[in-house]
Parts: sequence; C-alpha cells; structure tokens
Amino acid sequence: MNELTADNLQLWRGEQHVLRGVCIAVAGGQCLQVSGANGTGKTTLLRALCGLVPLEQGRICWRGRDIAEDPAAFHTELNYLGHDNGLKADLTAAENLRYAAALRRRVRPQDIADALVRTGMAEAAGQLLRRLSAGQRRRVALARLTLTGGSLWVLDEPGSNLDTSGQHLLLELIDEHLRVGGAAVVATHQTLDLAGAQLRSMSLQ
Amino acid sequence: MSQQRVGFAGAAGALIARDLRLALRRPGDTLQPLGFFLVVTTLFPLSLDPQLSLLRDIAPAALWVGALLSSLLALDLLFREDAQDGTLEQLALCGLPFQGLLLAKTAVHWLLTGLPLVLIAPLAATALGAPYEAMPGILAALLLGSVALSLIGAVGAGLTMSLKRNGSLLALLVLPLAVPVLIFGARATALAIAGEPLAAPLYLLAAIAVLAATLAPLALAAAVRIGLE
Repeated sequence: MNELTADNLQLWRGEQHVLRGVCIAVAGGQCLQVSGANGTGKTTLLRALCGLVPLEQGRICWRGRDIAEDPAAFHTELNYLGHDNGLKADLTAAENLRYAAALRRRVRPQDIADALVRTGMAEAAGQLLRRLSAGQRRRVALARLTLTGGSLWVLDEPGSNLDTSGQHLLLELIDEHLRVGGAAVVATHQTLDLAGAQLRSMSLQ
Repeated sequence: MSQQRVGFAGAAGALIARDLRLALRRPGDTLQPLGFFLVVTTLFPLSLDPQLSLLRDIAPAALWVGALLSSLLALDLLFREDAQDGTLEQLALCGLPFQGLLLAKTAVHWLLTGLPLVLIAPLAATALGAPYEAMPGILAALLLGSVALSLIGAVGAGLTMSLKRNGSLLALLVLPLAVPVLIFGARATALAIAGEPLAAPLYLLAAIAVLAATLAPLALAAAVRIGLE
C-alpha cells in the first residue's frame, strides 16, 4: 500500500520554529493539498518529506518504513518537482528529458516524444530550454514528471507560470496518477478540482 | 516499474555525457581557466631577465602556482549552476549512490579542466626554459597533482555552492588542503628539470591523489547535502 505518514515533525531554521508538530497521512489514490500563507513552511515541509532537509524531531514513513532507514529505496519511488524545474537551460527539451529519465528508468525515444506531446511541448522538443518561456519550461518539467513516474509525487507550486490549459493539464496528470494508485502531496494556493480523487487538505500556520 | 530501473553505471554514464555536452555548448567557461594558466606562466619569462638558469629556477613555482590558481578558478563551474537550476537536488533524489554520481561529475570536471591543463603544460614549461628531457616528469607530476586538486577542490565547491559570493571562502577552504600538492608537485618538477630522480615526490603525489579519491566522495556528498538544505 502506497502510504506516506509523517508524525510530529519539528524543524527549526535558526531562530524560527518552522515546522511545529506537523502530522500528515496520505494513502495511494489520495492527494494532500498543503496550503498556508507565504513563509509558513510549505516548501520546507515538502523538502523534509523528500528527505532533503533533516528533521529535528519526528519521523516520516513510506509504506510503514522510516525513510531514514533506506532513503535510496524511498527515493526510487519519489518524484519531486520543486520551485526550480530541475532542467538545464543549455539543453533542448528532449535532451533534458532524456538525461533526467536516465537517472531513474529506461525509456524509449518514443516515450520522450509522447511525454512532450502530452504536455503540449512537442514542437519545442529541439529547442534550447533557455529560449522557452517560464510557462513552457514548467510544461517540460511536467513532461519529466510523467516520464519518470514514481508512486509518490511531491509538487511545490506546480501550477506556477502555467496558463489555463496548463492548469487543466496539471490536474489531469495528478488525477491519472491518483487513479493508478499513486499518492501526491501538492503545495498550492489554487483550488485543486480533482475529479474522482480523494482530496485532503491541510493548512500550515 | 522496478524492472525498468537503471543501474548506477548507466546513470553515471548519462550524467557524464550530459556534462560533456553542456561544456561543448559553452566552451568559453572551460577554456577560461586554461587561458589563465597559459597567460600566467608565459608572463614570467617576459617579465624576467632572459637567463635560462633563472627561468629554470622559477619554472616549478610558476607552473604549480598557475595550475593551483587555475584549478580554483575552474571550481566555480562544478556545482553552482546545478544547484541553482534544481538538477542537483534531482540527482540527490534519484535513489542512486549520491557519492558515486558526484564523483562522476568531478571526473568530468577534471577531464574538462585538469587534463587540458596537463596537455598544454609542455608549452608553458618550454616557455619557462624546461629542457625536453624533463617533460615526462613534469607531465606525470601535473597529472597526479591535477587529479588531487580536482577532488580536494570539489569538496570546497560543494560546501560553498549555495553562498552568493563564494570566491574568497572557497580559496580559504581549499588552499590549505592543496598546499601539500603544491609542495610535492613543485619539488618533482624541480627535480625533473635538474635531471635528477623524482620518484619520491611522485609517489607522495600519487598517495595524495589516492587518498583524495578515497575520502573526497564521502566529504563531497555530505557537503553537497548541506548545501541543498
């Protein structure tokens, strides 16, 4: 069972107590929406859930196992999309996807083309990323997300810079991911209008 | 999906190919430290009395100080951009051994900045009056030294990658650790120019390189993780 739980997470950043006893539980087929005003620690929480930020207290479990015990096994199932797209500006969209996928799973060239078609970026496949707009780059990042899979998606403001059709695409992708039993944690202010999926939400103060 | 997982070798290979391709797209970045080395070392003979004995006396120092500073200059390229565009955190989260991937990145960095420096060193050494017979010794010393400098420098680059103006801090961190390389490298070069046996400093350089290759990946992974927090 794909399930992510976090128990009593505590984290200080210098003098600031950022995460104060945060508890979450997301199961496969569920999406947890994290909201909260700016500076309340949404990004910190998401990065902590990925294991990028060490915790002062509390534990995070994936499928009932503490992620600190076997981070590699957890990371193979995790797909993180942060503020930064994780793409190189001097590579084309297709090259970016090829190299990003090479770190995670075997893909055929056709899979890369399909992912770009899916996100509406097929025509930009051969263009350097630095020539694309911020929204287009975000779409390429979404293509990476679909291409590299993973049963837990952790998305930090995934809709930033996306136009209306991009927002719809994002919702579709999350919905599909949930339908096949995946779990998602999404930090966003937008209302996630997810069809047929169980949406849970929490707010950080 | 587990049967589709990639192995470490495939992922590291792709990472190396990616970094080489990026370097080819922007050759200026990798050529700059190389140009710096060439300019510094060839300015010495121009500013000194054109006496062969004098030039040969300062040749080891000029070559090695040039190599050390040029390697410092090149370090900024190693992690900074990857940290800024988020590809480094993707690397940390891909579930493959992080130390190994960072070592692969460092290897590419050496291939692009260290190895070319070794290859153009005969040019600089000739300008400094080193005899032809000394070249194998000078090249061997620089080859071992540049490997050690890349590995030691990578740790410093990892520690300082998230800082805004990191140049002076990087130098402060890396230079003390790089001094043994400078001492034995310059010694080996001096012996090579004098035509004496230079096995002793070469062995010591090799030992430093091996030690750096063993310990640097551990420190490197820890340093980069701190930078990613």
